[in-house]
Amino acid sequence: MENYHIGSLITQGLKKKPSWKPAWRKAKAKPSYDVIIIGGGGHGLATAYYLAKNHGIKNVAILEKGPIGLGNTGRNTTTIRSNYFYPESVALYDLSLRLYENLSKELNFNIMFSQRGMMMVAHTPTQMEICNRIANAMVINGVDGELLTARQVMDKIPLWNKKMDARYKCHGGIMQNRGGVARHDAVAWGYARAADGFGVDIIENCMVEDFLLEAGRVKGVITSKGEIRADRIGIAAAGGTPYLVAKLGQNLPILDYALQAFVTEPIKPCLDVVVLSLGTGTYVLQSDKGEIVFGGGLDRIPTHTQRGNLPAQETVVSGLLEMFPSFGQLKLLRQWAGVVDVVPDSSPLIGPIDTPGVYINCGWGTGGFKAIPAGGWLLAHLIAKDEHHFISEPFDLNRFNTGRLIDEATGSGIAH
Amino acid sequence: MQIFECPFCGERNETEFHFLTEAGKERPEPSEEVSDSRWAEYLYLHKSPRGKTSEIWVHIPCGEFFILQRDTVTREVFRSISLQDYHVKEDD
Repeated sequence: MENYHIGSLITQGLKKKPSWKPAWRKAKAKPSYDVIIIGGGGHGLATAYYLAKNHGIKNVAILEKGPIGLGNTGRNTTTIRSNYFYPESVALYDLSLRLYENLSKELNFNIMFSQRGMMMVAHTPTQMEICNRIANAMVINGVDGELLTARQVMDKIPLWNKKMDARYKCHGGIMQNRGGVARHDAVAWGYARAADGFGVDIIENCMVEDFLLEAGRVKGVITSKGEIRADRIGIAAAGGTPYLVAKLGQNLPILDYALQAFVTEPIKPCLDVVVLSLGTGTYVLQSDKGEIVFGGGLDRIPTHTQRGNLPAQETVVSGLLEMFPSFGQLKLLRQWAGVVDVVPDSSPLIGPIDTPGVYINCGWGTGGFKAIPAGGWLLAHLIAKDEHHFISEPFDLNRFNTGRLIDEATGSGIAH
Repeated sequence: MQIFECPFCGERNETEFHFLTEAGKERPEPSEEVSDSRWAEYLYLHKSPRGKTSEIWVHIPCGEFFILQRDTVTREVFRSISLQDYHVKEDD
């Protein structure tokens, strides 16, 4: 793997025709591997990387139905945070945040991680009590959470709606200063390049159609490019996971919904934190290019298409204008949707499924991007050792049998 | 904007409707003989099919529960069946 550094940048920059090598090879599938990862998004790529780096398993293929990183990894709004309620969730999401903090250096690839802070704004005394509860939980769980008064919130976001007749007046808020944003494509490309550097084969445009089974154990997959064999298979396919697992005769506690996001034309810097309103459910940030990036809750109709519907758009956009009326002058540049896999308790599914040799990492719902390093780390551990890491143990599928759900919808007010 | 049909009120705006669950689940009985995993399956697991599906929806303004047949990929809506009619058919 070519090492990127200031010297290579200057040398290449001075050449008439820069001779950068592709960041990863266009690999051809071998007949068999030690491990196959289905899904070449952030989670799949990170899994392959940590399999090689942490566990020395390098004979690995990543099968992606399209080009890598164009599913939810390229469609999310790039927010990273760990302001959850339950200790299990905080352990999981903070592992991810800590890995993100060192990721640019580790991957030798700038993921443009900017810890500008994640702020939730409360509008009523009751919501402020909820913020209190979350802040206390965060501090007890050992992550940074800070309560803000209305004045402190206003100082951070001067464009906030201050009209006397505002529907959602600011009553205070809660801040996680270590939260922030990263360039989502760079996370996918950085992991892809680093995994490729370990010899992992990234096979794009390779759709998995079925599984090969022998004596009840998985032995490989049948793909649009033929049979590929492996004894261990990790699935990190987000909304595509129920479809794949159904081929093995198993249903999952997942419903697929569309989640939309929006980007306006770029403007000068005016918003330097990620803001979520507890009243409107809309969240917003300004990208490094100056665009206002925003989104909100799920579309309310289960679907498998990457296309949003109008009522949800209307809710999200009106939420934004209620929060920041001046953004009403901006034009929308793009609007799109991703298919997210929603679990009843709003927590992910990480663990083995009924078919021996198959492990899944999915169910991240609306918040999978922030969890990419942890998801990869834990799935790699699971595949390599055939047992849970203690952080992923509570997120096993058996929690639906035991009833020990990790309900973040009520815990920290996750929107789905 | 999509138009769904309520068996009682007729064609209405999608925002008036709420998705409940996939149709065709039978509550396992008797409860003392139902295993944890069977109960979890009934409560939580979904087929989440790509394509044609039958689901239970409610029309919020009138409170009518009904089966909505639609396509989860193309978003085409086929028809709505009142739950009463549905059960009569099942008994036949």
